[in-house]
Amino acid sequence: MLHLLTSFDYHTFMIMLSGDYGIVAEKVLKATWETIYMIFIATGLSYILGLPLGIILVITEKGHIAENLFLNRILAFLVNTVRSIPFIIFLILIIPLTRMIVGTSIGTTASIVPLTLAAIPFVARLVETSLKEIEWGLVEAALSMGATNWQIITKVLIPEALPSITLGIAITTINLIGYSAMAGIVGGGGLGTLAYYYGYQRYDNLILWTTVIVLIFMVQGVQTLGDKATAKLNEKRR
Amino acid sequence: MIEIKNLTKIYTTPHQQVLALDNVSLTVNKGEIFGIIGLSGAGKSTLIRCINMLEKPTSGTIIVDGEDMTLLSKDELRLARQKIGMIFQHFNLLSSRTVFDNVMFPLEIAKVPRKEAKKRVAELLELVGLKDKARAYPSQLSGGQKQRVGIARALANDPKILLSDEATSALDPETTRSILKLLKDINRQLNITILLITHDMNVIKQICDRVAVIDKARIVEIGDVLTIFSNPATPTSRSFLDSIIKSEVPEDLLHLAQNNKESSRLVRISFIGSSAGEPIISTMIKKFDIKANILYGNIDRVKDIPFGNLILEIMGEPVIIKEALDFLKDNGLEIEVLKNAPSSN
Repeated sequence: MLHLLTSFDYHTFMIMLSGDYGIVAEKVLKATWETIYMIFIATGLSYILGLPLGIILVITEKGHIAENLFLNRILAFLVNTVRSIPFIIFLILIIPLTRMIVGTSIGTTASIVPLTLAAIPFVARLVETSLKEIEWGLVEAALSMGATNWQIITKVLIPEALPSITLGIAITTINLIGYSAMAGIVGGGGLGTLAYYYGYQRYDNLILWTTVIVLIFMVQGVQTLGDKATAKLNEKRR
Repeated sequence: MIEIKNLTKIYTTPHQQVLALDNVSLTVNKGEIFGIIGLSGAGKSTLIRCINMLEKPTSGTIIVDGEDMTLLSKDELRLARQKIGMIFQHFNLLSSRTVFDNVMFPLEIAKVPRKEAKKRVAELLELVGLKDKARAYPSQLSGGQKQRVGIARALANDPKILLSDEATSALDPETTRSILKLLKDINRQLNITILLITHDMNVIKQICDRVAVIDKARIVEIGDVLTIFSNPATPTSRSFLDSIIKSEVPEDLLHLAQNNKESSRLVRISFIGSSAGEPIISTMIKKFDIKANILYGNIDRVKDIPFGNLILEIMGEPVIIKEALDFLKDNGLEIEVLKNAPSSN
């Protein structure tokens, strides 16, 4: 499924954009698309899993709506463990798992596995921080109205923390751009692979620097987008 | 309506145990406005939170409208809470929602059909006078307007009881008055029982029927507001009264009294109700051979009944002064001798 998606979209993309731009442009565009694809899917997946994890970390704390110190400590330990392993080592450690899930450990789709797994605990901590900014009084007010825990999560915690969570998505995406370059060095595809093989091993400075410039624009773009979305959400709230 | 029996709350931390409520018992009658006054840390906040189980009592029972809140299951408690409105010092409105949607919030929680809920929200906004602010966000409102939203929200599910947790403490005196008036109107119109906590005696004075004074985790005095105002039985109550009625005699006045050559006494006369309107003091001066010097006085109203304080320096023969004071007592005035000024020897 993922394979189909990439090959189709990539070719369409290239036909539309590359034309006769020459070999460098073609290579950089291809790699850029691969990076965008990896980051997009990895960010999405890490939020699907990291957001609930972050919420659980908050609500199982002492005195919160679903206090469960045992679960809280286990999750906190797991989160800290994964976060303490440098990504480049984590990448190698979980190769067997990646093979199990994707069937290979090389290529963009395979890179999504370590990228996502490394980002989940990071996302969980970001979400946790965002949720903790919410005043306890709001939760207390909802409790006084007879809200269920689910209602408190969906109607108080997430909507109130949304501007902060949005900013967190930008931070995560930018982090994953960096991680994806590391994945590129061990054959993960994308701009990292391009920069490593052409820039480092073949001394192709043109490709190396083009890659750097593309990455700079990517990061700036994501941050600007995140800032704008957050400002939009905060417009009437503050 | 609310019956609290032997309520004790102990907070346990790894290092110590803190007694927040010590065997508190009180009853709030249906339809009344009951105030609990105390300094911060006295336990009033814990007390009001125990009523809807935001704090779990260590021991004791809390019966609200015939139901023992301490025995309810989680689901039963949620349903019970929907019938107890609560307003807060810092309003606790959702910044992500408009005024309209904030008032809608408790109706969503209670799963009231959307069409019906919208109609109800419109009524409530009309009631609190914020119809034109329906589309505004809390950040665009003043403190008083925010509390009005809080009140509308608390009333959404037709509660029988409204709990007010320092609802006017973050507001200026003018706004406080208007919010208190709104609470009183709601109490009268909808016959909702209101239990409020405050550290401000003015709040008690303006709207409460009965009051409990809480100090160091215990209820030290409880009774009719007028009775406690005219005759506080404990130092705690007295100090709260002093905060709004300046009954302390200024230092320079005391000096004035002491420098007087004649035998004199400084007395505080408290009067309430009808006696405030009678010329008892002037009768006393005519009847006895004494002189009286009014050093300080004020008259206030508690629930439309005049209530006041007069500080007199009475000069004359000690025996006659005593007779004169007895005369005042016989006429229903409260007398407190503040100082026996030294006689001229």
